Amino acid sequence: MAAGNFEKYKSDGSLAGNALEWVDARFPATSMWKGHLSEYYAPKNFNFWYFFGSLALLVLVIQIVTGIFLVMHYKPDAALNANGVPIAFASVEYIMRDVPGGWLIRYMHSTGASAFFIVVYLHMFRGLLYGSYRKPRELTWLFGVGIFLVLMGEAFFGYLLPWGQMSYWGAQVIVNLFSAIPVIGSDLSLIIRGDFVVGDATLNRFFSFHVIAFPLVLIGLVAAHVLALHETGSNNPDGVEIKANKDEHGIPRDGIPFHPYYTVKDIVGVIVFLMVFSAVMFWAPEGGGYFLETPNFYPADPLKTPSHIAPVWYFTPYYSILRAMVWNFFGLDAKFWGVVAMGASVVIFAALPWLDRSPVKSIRYRGPITKVMYTLFVICFFILGYLGTLSPSPVGEVISQICTVFYFGFFLGMPWWSRMDKFKPVPDRVTFK
Amino acid sequence: MKKLLIALLFAPIMAFASGSTAHIDKWPGSVSDKAALQNGAKLFVNYCLNCHGASYMRYKNLLDLGLTEQQVKENLMFTSDKIGELMRVAARSDEQKQWFGATPPDLTIVARARGEAGNAGAGADWLYTYLRSFYRDPTRPTGWNNTVYENVGMPHVLYDLQGQQVMNHETHKLELAVPGTMPPAEFDKSVSDLVGFMVWMGEPQQEYRRTLGWFVLAFLSVLFVVAYALKKEYWKDIH
Repeated sequence: MAAGNFEKYKSDGSLAGNALEWVDARFPATSMWKGHLSEYYAPKNFNFWYFFGSLALLVLVIQIVTGIFLVMHYKPDAALNANGVPIAFASVEYIMRDVPGGWLIRYMHSTGASAFFIVVYLHMFRGLLYGSYRKPRELTWLFGVGIFLVLMGEAFFGYLLPWGQMSYWGAQVIVNLFSAIPVIGSDLSLIIRGDFVVGDATLNRFFSFHVIAFPLVLIGLVAAHVLALHETGSNNPDGVEIKANKDEHGIPRDGIPFHPYYTVKDIVGVIVFLMVFSAVMFWAPEGGGYFLETPNFYPADPLKTPSHIAPVWYFTPYYSILRAMVWNFFGLDAKFWGVVAMGASVVIFAALPWLDRSPVKSIRYRGPITKVMYTLFVICFFILGYLGTLSPSPVGEVISQICTVFYFGFFLGMPWWSRMDKFKPVPDRVTFK
Repeated sequence: MKKLLIALLFAPIMAFASGSTAHIDKWPGSVSDKAALQNGAKLFVNYCLNCHGASYMRYKNLLDLGLTEQQVKENLMFTSDKIGELMRVAARSDEQKQWFGATPPDLTIVARARGEAGNAGAGADWLYTYLRSFYRDPTRPTGWNNTVYENVGMPHVLYDLQGQQVMNHETHKLELAVPGTMPPAEFDKSVSDLVGFMVWMGEPQQEYRRTLGWFVLAFLSVLFVVAYALKKEYWKDIH
């Protein structure tokens, strides 16, 4: 639904009307409002799973706004202050104690990071449930995968900034992974670090990436994601194309204007989300040691390697896949294959529109094979995530290898198992109770 | 001497590896007990602040414990006379490194750092047990060892209060060989107060944070009722 197809506003003679007419003659204000909100028709049968798109946007705004205020007092400096503490680490504690309201802003930002991933994972899972990535929404999905990748980078860079032990050693481990790439590896990791070890140069470039480069790309991708979605219109829990059934005015019979219907509905979702978010932020800001890892309350010390380095929870499934690769293939180190597997486990989401060969989109009309596969995939994802928080162990290694095999089997086998299922007939119109 | 240096060198690393099997007692205190926190503050500046800094913390934050500026200045400030100053360590870190093998860590947020994934209160429990688990060990350079943190570089600074414990090698339990100025129950209470102060110091606004949470949730609950009614009203014609 391109925004340019709407009539420009004609003034009713009032001052506000004249002003809007003046603007409309120069800028597509009315047509954008109509095209994306008041006359953008969304299926009327959105359920619980459809809250997470708008919530992801909300968390993005929270992160940007709180980030702006954090940057006012945060100092990306690895040098030691008069008390022997790295300035970056001390500046975070300064924000927590001496900046009025600083603790609130900081907890919003740290809780927001985890909330972002929770919301995005649920948003992605919605896509899987209802086949939202299927034709004609492949580009919306690809932009989404791009957002996910950039978000992971953004989170990784941001995690170094408090300059605690886990920040430091986590970055050390991840950057070292790049050195496993043959030929260019060691130079590549040197370029990323800007030094031979993680140090002040690394902190400053990560800060730059975290507050400028990646947020810019993220906002651009979010805009592209939403524009692509509004071009095709939204999918829905039935996987029925509402544009296939339009009334005499060309309006989908199962569509309702996004504004006001989904704005008022999403406000309810926003408030419920903020209640959960606030409960964590005010009563358990450490997220039980998973949102703020306790070793990160020690300042970074290049001479003390923690016995157990665990990434933050949202990276642990991929970290487990990395650790599951323990075999040297083709004369290349197991570490290299671990990096390949880890990278592939994230990027493979992009292939979903072409891997899924089911004749129907929505899980509502798919059979037991799909349901079993989805359930096992979720279980595997959680097991991998849990194992990634633990120290390596022989039993954990075997379990993570089994889960890794299933993880890739789920995707690579999808062209076959997604076709084999029993399917129910899909209705012509959306179902709505 | 070489052995000693190596042991001291690795002591801080072992702090991270302290997946020790030693029994950890539950910290019995609470951060809302102002009198206990005041007592803990007194113990902290007298026994800890000589070697350990609390360098993210300002003396003026102690006013939140219900003390006046006069009381803080007269009883709790030995190294500074400005209430806005940070609670810095009195000793020099390079000298301390020579004495103990490692610079004693800053204690401002030690209670948070000692927490564990899935158990945020573990830091307080660990500190409470650690400070009561020193025993006499002539093989150690300081003459002290600790059951929770083996071969720790830190001597038992509270020994005049607790007295001297020794390890009974048959029962593997600590026994009080020389009594201190405090009976055991009173000493435990003092350590509990001290730990309480360290928990409070880790995040001085934590009580306010929890209280504010209730107001925010109450506000959001009201907003939810209104927003839900609005949604119902708009959606009543959608079938």
